[in-house]
Formats: sequence, structure tokens, C-alpha cells
Amino acid sequence: MSTLKALIREICPNAVFQEQEKENAPLQVGLQAGELARLIQPLHDHDSMRFDYLEDLIGMDFGEKPGVIYRLYSTRHKHSLVIECQAESREKPELPTLSHLWAIANFYEREVFDFFGIRFIGHPDMRRLFLRSDHVGFPLRKDYDPSSNPLRLEAENLPDDTSVFVEHDGKTEKEDHAVFDKDEYVVNIGPQHPATHGVLHFQVSLQGEMVKKVDVHCGYIHRGIEKMCESMTYPQTLAMTDRLDYLSAHQNRHALCACIEEALGLEVPRRAQYIRVLMDELSRIQSHLLFYATFCMDLGALTPFFYGFRDREKILDIFEATTGGRLIQNYNVIGGVARDLHPDFIKKTREFVEYLPTVLDEYHQVFTNNVIFRQRSQGIGLLSKEQALSFGVTGPTARASGLACDLRKHKPYSIYEEVLFKEVLRYEGDCLDRYLVRMEEISQSLSIIEQLLDKIPQGDHCAKTKPVIKLPEGRFFKSVETARGEFGVFIESRGEKYPWRLKFRPPCLPLVSVIETLAKGNKIADLIAIGASLDYVVPDIDR
Amino acid sequence: MFDFSVVTTWIDEGLRRIMPEAGAIAVECVIIGVLLLAVYAVFALVLILAERKVCAAFQCRLGPNRVGPWGLIQTVADMLKIITKEIISIRHVDRFLHNLAPFLVIIASLLAFACIPFAKGLQILDFNVGILFMIAASSIGIVGILLAGWSSNNKFSLIGAMRSGAQMISYELSIGLSILTMVVLAGTMQISRLVEAQGDLWFIFKGHIPACIAFIVYLIAGTAETNRGPFDLPEAESELTAGYHTEYSGMHFGFYYVAEFVNMFIVAAIATTVFLGGWMPLHIPGLDGFNRIMDYIPSLFWFLGKSALMVFVIMWFKWTFPRLRIDQLIHLEWKYLLPLNLVNLIAMVVIVALGWHF
Amino acid sequence: MNSFIRYFSDFFIALKSLLAGMKTTLKVFFRKKTTELYPEKRGSLHIAAQFRGRLEMIHTDDNRHHCVACGICQMNCPNGTIRVESRTVTNAEGKPEKVLEAYHYDLGRCLFCELCVRTCPHQAIRFTNKYENAVFTREKLLLTLNRPGSSLLPKTKTPQGPDGMNTNPAKPE
Repeated sequence: MSTLKALIREICPNAVFQEQEKENAPLQVGLQAGELARLIQPLHDHDSMRFDYLEDLIGMDFGEKPGVIYRLYSTRHKHSLVIECQAESREKPELPTLSHLWAIANFYEREVFDFFGIRFIGHPDMRRLFLRSDHVGFPLRKDYDPSSNPLRLEAENLPDDTSVFVEHDGKTEKEDHAVFDKDEYVVNIGPQHPATHGVLHFQVSLQGEMVKKVDVHCGYIHRGIEKMCESMTYPQTLAMTDRLDYLSAHQNRHALCACIEEALGLEVPRRAQYIRVLMDELSRIQSHLLFYATFCMDLGALTPFFYGFRDREKILDIFEATTGGRLIQNYNVIGGVARDLHPDFIKKTREFVEYLPTVLDEYHQVFTNNVIFRQRSQGIGLLSKEQALSFGVTGPTARASGLACDLRKHKPYSIYEEVLFKEVLRYEGDCLDRYLVRMEEISQSLSIIEQLLDKIPQGDHCAKTKPVIKLPEGRFFKSVETARGEFGVFIESRGEKYPWRLKFRPPCLPLVSVIETLAKGNKIADLIAIGASLDYVVPDIDR
Repeated sequence: MFDFSVVTTWIDEGLRRIMPEAGAIAVECVIIGVLLLAVYAVFALVLILAERKVCAAFQCRLGPNRVGPWGLIQTVADMLKIITKEIISIRHVDRFLHNLAPFLVIIASLLAFACIPFAKGLQILDFNVGILFMIAASSIGIVGILLAGWSSNNKFSLIGAMRSGAQMISYELSIGLSILTMVVLAGTMQISRLVEAQGDLWFIFKGHIPACIAFIVYLIAGTAETNRGPFDLPEAESELTAGYHTEYSGMHFGFYYVAEFVNMFIVAAIATTVFLGGWMPLHIPGLDGFNRIMDYIPSLFWFLGKSALMVFVIMWFKWTFPRLRIDQLIHLEWKYLLPLNLVNLIAMVVIVALGWHF
Repeated sequence: MNSFIRYFSDFFIALKSLLAGMKTTLKVFFRKKTTELYPEKRGSLHIAAQFRGRLEMIHTDDNRHHCVACGICQMNCPNGTIRVESRTVTNAEGKPEKVLEAYHYDLGRCLFCELCVRTCPHQAIRFTNKYENAVFTREKLLLTLNRPGSSLLPKTKTPQGPDGMNTNPAKPE
């Protein structure tokens, strides 16, 4: 850590390092925009830095100036770095781009541009990512006036051009580029399309059946959850997490609760932690079962679709009995879980754990071993390990490319250290591997559940909290492994009842950003298979 | 066994007695036309219901069970609904071709339907190259599909139609060759004589190995020909929303829908006629008593029963397999089915020439 | 020659995998179906007691409730679902006291997060597992939870969870 500090100070003499509060907290440094521009290349390439994974890029209105917080991680040195960089002023919000080195920065920076109006110099495609192109102002700035955007009822005209900001002699200039050429055969897949799993819009340029280019349009169901959370008390913000990735509802909420608990220094009772992990794993299974169902359907096998749903229903029944919700469970609360387990929970869960392997065999007979499926998925949509890192892809998708990134293993939270399970890794990085990783993870989750069922400790299911929860001043980040990858929660607290900024790191945005790379040169049918194998959930992208 | 030609001859003679010959033929044509359309529609309704029930059973569901007992008149209600629906006219389409296309599809399907020998003496078109005519007529449908895709002015439709064109033209070959294999065995192309030649033993048993291979190839190619899963690329729901008929509404869409289901039946009926003895009961040489009992079952039941079984198999395919990709589809035809078929045809010729068949 | 053998072995392996799939689907074809019949079997359908269908105010047999119109639920609701209308009256001891006038609840906006129930200091409200909430117009989703003519039940001590919140709302019927 001290060498890192020295290196950074060497390149950026004006860097401001923040005091380390905790032992393992990442190094935090504040930089000027100009200095950041000098540091970017060494950060990525210097032998003793090698920050190859851009965990999150958080836009923030610091009060006076907008800026960005970067969270970087090095898979080689296992160290991380948090960089805070504020733009020069509100009127001239400009920062250097990271998109040429970390591919995911492309989307993250577009998001920040969309919400904070920060222009990234050198970014190849500086368009709004979520909001309409005719949106006025930048909604996550603190001085945003909602009345400047009345409800627009006419259809949005998608802009044909995108802009690039380049610096010339200290002046920024805007250049326009066409997204698609005039004579390209562009097909709209979505926003209403059976295979986009929600309202997502791909503009696909085709050459016969071949995909030449994919342009993703997000934001059709953007609800501004992060903005809403800024005017909500902490217990209220919990209700929002279930509505991001609704298939990992429980895990998302786990992340937010854990983040708040960590900030408060609250000890969660053992029983609550056991229950949380049990529910997390059940969520993972039901999410992967739904993945199986929809993946089969997207490949045209309609019968397995119902098998997946039939068995997922059994988990939902277990959820319903204990939590009172099926899709949206609202079960985790700050300090523990909302209520104790249902008396039948252990019995029902054990029945399910015994039942599922028998039907998994059927799944494999009908679909996994099917020659048509094998040929359609083998070698299709290859994602290399390096690409996965650069695109910030996590979860089963990254593990199918051989990237060991399971947070349950590498940054264990809750009681994951105490359970035995295998991190499922495969190395081809094609659709088949992404599918097989998830099927294998179902078995691993079953084994975790089996281990825990017998030893749930007695005790309270919830720690005592104050009626009004105020977080101490500071920045807090916590991430968990959801069914789709790393879900992170970033809270900037200024000591009030409400968070100053609450940012979710969505596991699905990187998944969507990677689609173009995977689909290029493949057929339309492959594009659908690739999309299905990535298993993104649109509300998580849009937030 | 009851011969339906008794009835038809009786009607024919009756008509001739009261009017000149031309008049009688005209009246007969009208009666047959109306009957054909009615039977066609009824078959479509029954098949759609059957498909929905069968598919439901494969998917651990009950299927339609609200309209009528066990949902039996569900499709009738659906038909009434689709007939009363508005046919939306779309801007920027080639209106003439757009409206013509569904009729081409349904006409092709009707022509092929008219050739089916439902029972002894119950067949509308029967002449010396009947089976050839049937294959030729049924492939007119592709023109309708291509026109639909082209005239819709929709990119999804166009891709769907092009896929369909590639697919149907390829699989036509396999259908033709596998039927040709059986024609070699039968020595005739007339449908009625094809069936009669199976009086002692069905062709699939008579021609043993080559006949079985031809049968399997025919089933695969026939499924592909009807654009049904796993060969439903032209209308691949998860890729092209609805493919070539995306822009159709009301009864125009209904025509495609009905034609798809009846085409499935036609494929099953040809399989029955050419391989499984048509309306001929199961006869085993040497077991006279058994054969006589089999003869008591009316020929219509034999035919419909065997066709229903084939229809079930085709449905079974659809509800088990994932969809092929376009290159897999073409590979399957040109690299596997076609060579297999050609070798099989030669094998059959040799067997027939040497008299090695039963 | 090698490729020739592979051509055929591929073919038969493929055929085998397809037949295996068909066998499985046929097995399921004859299995018992999982469809649940609604509304025929509505009486016997199992809905978990904890299921959050809609909010309701607990009333005793003699039409009394526990709500003191403190408005904590209204404050805690993330989506502005609840509006507590109250008036101030002078009670028997001569002190001013808030009395519940109307408890408005907009089912159409409810997130079912249960924060209102968990923070209610008097356990006056709870979620029932009635799930048939569909209506034809939004206006019908605007509910008033206190029954006409109901009045406050004299105060009793209510058990509280370790976190100062109600952890076990009264079991819905």
C-alpha cells in the first residue's frame, strides 16, 4: 500500500490521500482532472499497479462541483484503489475518459454524462444512456429542476449521430459521428421483443443473417431509484432494492442492509445471518431455474421452459410462507431479517433439496445433451478472460470465461467462510459454458443449503436498532454475489437521515455492454442465444 | 369393407337422370368444393385444439379448459373471434401482393388436401401421377410466403420469408426423393393404386430397411416443410417475432395459421398413405382370421387413426426440440438427408430389381 | 476415412440425444399436471398466512381499533400510500387528543414493504393474505381502512420486538 502511495505521489504530486479508518479499507485518493489524465495509463499498465478491473464508476454531485469516484481493483496484486476526482466547475464539467483501457467505462461514463452532465474527453460515443435525447438537464445533480421535463407523450426520435469530445489546445471541441451508415440494414430488436427479457432495445445492423453492429438503448424502464433514494430514510431505501434485479431481490437487499450495518457498526445475530444465506442461495437457485427456462425458450425449446417454471414455483412457495412475498420478498431489514422462519421452512426446504436433483437429470436429458442445442451454443459468443475483466463482467458469465470472481469465495461476507462449496469455473467462455456454469451452481447452492439447514442457531432474528437511523459521515461500499454477479452498494453519508448519494453497482449493465463484442460476426439466432446466455435483467440495468 | 364410391356413384347417377351431363358435373363440383372447404375448416379447428392440448400435456399443463366441456369448443370460439377481427391495412405495403399472399398459401394447401384418400372410394382427385401432383401443388405455398415477406415492407418479415425460401426449397428435395423411393417399390404414382398395393402388407414393412429410412427422412423433411418446430425459423418467435406474417391481421393471419395446421395434417396423411397403408387395415400375410377382424374397422377410422398418430409424432418433435439455426438447417438437409436419400433410393431400386422385398 | 467414421458416429450420437429428449418429454406427458384451477378451487388454494395481499386495520368485534392517528405509518411509507386524517378533541381529562377521522390507503401505490406495519407503535394495522385485488378503475383502489363508526380501543400495553418494531403482526385470518 505504501508503494502504491509513493507511485501515485510520483506521478501526481498534488494527490490528496485520505486517512485509513480500517485495516483493510482500500486506499483513497483525491485527484485533479489534469492529474488523473496523467495517471490513467500507469494505473492500467504499470507493473506494480495493474488495476485491470474497474469495479465501479460513481458519478456524484459533491455539492459544489460534480465529479466521479472510481473504484479500481487489481486481480494480480489483489489491491484496490478509490480515486475521487472532481470536475473543474459546474459549468465546465470535463474529465478524461477511461474507456480506451477499461471497456466497461464506455457505458459507465455515458451513465455519468446522462445524470451529471460530465463530459468525458476522448470518449468515443458520448450519448445519453438512459434518458431520452431531448431530456433537459441532468437529474442527479442536486440543483436539478424536475419541472424542466414535463411528461413527453410523443415518440422519441433516436438520434442518428453521436458526439465525441476532443481537446484541442486547451479547448474542448465536439465532433459528430454517425452511429450507422446510411446504407446499413438496421433492424430494431426491441423495445418490445420476446427475446430481450424486458424493454431493452437493440439496433442491429445486419448483413444477411450476420450481425455487423449492435447498438444498445437502455432506459425504457428507468425509474430513477438512485435519485429517489436520496430523499428516503435508510429503511425506506430498502424497499427499492428488490425492484432492481427482481430475481436476486433478496441478495440485493442483503447488500444494502450489510452496507448500512457496516456503517453503523451493527452486529447481526448469527441466526439472522444463517437465514440470510439460506435465502440467498434459494434465490440463486430460483434465478438459475428461471435462466434455464428462458434460455430454452429463446433457443426455441418451449417445453423445458415450463419445467423451469414448475420447479421455481416450489421455491417461491417456500419464500411466501416465511417472507410473505414471492418475487419481492422484503425480508432483510437493517440488523437482521423481518421475521423468524416459518415452522415448516426446514421441512419444505429439505423436501425441495431432495426433489430438485431428480428433475435436474430430466433437464439435462431434454436440453443439455440435445445435439441441436450443443451445436447452437458451442463456440458461440466467445468471451475471453481478459475481455470479461475489461468489461467488468462478473458472476457466472465471467466464471464461464475462467475468471475466478465469486465474491462468496474471494471477499467472503456473512457466513460464507464457514460453508463448503466449489467455485464453479469453466474456461471456454461460450454460450454452452455460461449455461453449464449456472446449472452446476444450482448443485453447489443445494449443497450449501443442505449444510446450513441442520445447524441454524437459535436466537434473535434481528438486532435492535434505533427508531431513526442516521449513518455516520463517510463513504461506504459493500458488494455481494447475486445470481448475476457483483452487486455493489455505495453510500455517501453526510450524517443525515437520508443518504447524500446512493449508487448501486448493477451486475447487468456490464453484461449488456458486452453484447456487441460477442455478437459481432454471428447470426441473428446467435445474438438471441448470446443475450439469453448472459442472463441480464432489464430493471437492474435501468435502475 | 364399405366402399364410399357406392354413395358417390349413386349421387352421380341421380343427378345425371334429372339434368344434362354438364349440369351434373357443375353441381357435383360445387358440392365437392363446399364439402372440401367445410372439411378443411373442421380439420383445422380440431388440429389446433389437439395441438394445444398435446402441447399442454407435454408442458405439465391442462391446456384450454374453459369453453365447453374440457375446452372442446375453444377453437370454435377462436374462429368466430378471428373472423370478426378487423384486417388492418398498413401503409407502404404492396397492397395487391400483400392481400394475395395468404390466398396462395391456402389454395396450395387446399389442392394438396384434395388429393388425400380418406377412405376406400373417398378421394376427390385421383389420376395417374397423383402423388407428383400433390407434392407440386403443396409447394406453391412457398410463393405465398415469399410474397408475404416481400410485400409487408418489414425487415423481420423479409428475413423470415428468405429463411423460409431457403428451407422449403431444400427440404422439397428430401420429400420428393423419399417418396420416389416408395414409388419405386409400388410401381405407380396413382394414389388409389398406391394404397391398394398395400393390401397385403404396408409399404413400410414391405420395403423393410430402405422404407424405414425413407420414412424417417420423410418425417423430418415433412416437418421442415410445414415450418413447424424445430424447423420454425421463418417465424422464429424469439428472433423474428412472427416472421413473414408479422404484419398480417384478422382472417389474413388466420389463413396462415389454418394452413400451417392443415399442412401438418397433409404431411401426416401422405406419410400414412405412402408408408403406412393409407386407409388399408393392418393385414399380416398368413393370419386370415386376424385380417378379417381388422377389416371390420371402417377404412375412414384406419386412415384418421394412423394420421392422428403421425400428427402426434410431429407435435412431439415440436414440443421437445430447440429450434435449429439456419446453417444447421441447411447442413442437415444437404450434408445428411440428401446423401442418405440418394443412397437409399439406389438401395431400393436394387432391392426391387432383385425381388428382395416382401 | 477418419472423417467418414466421424460423419456417421456424429449422426448416431445426435440421433441418440434426440431420442433421449423425446423419451423424457413423453414421460412428462403422462405425469400429473401442475395447473392449479382458479377460480374453481379458490377455496382450497393455499395462500401463506404471511402473504402481503393488502393492508387492513384491525377491528375488534365491537368495532374498535387501536389507531391513535399518530401518523408514523404515513411518515414511513416510501411511496405516499397512506394518509391519516385526524381531528383534535378534548378528552375526558380535559386534554386535547388526536382522534382518527379516516385512514386512507391507496392500494394502487402500495409497495408492500410492510414498513407501516413494522413501525406502528400500537399494532393497529396488518397485512391480510387476500390476494384478489384486481378492480376496473383506479378509484376503487383508494380504500378507507377504518370502518364507519369505529372508535379507539382504550390503550393496552403491546408487546414489542427486540428492534423496537412489531415483529409478529397479528395473524391474519
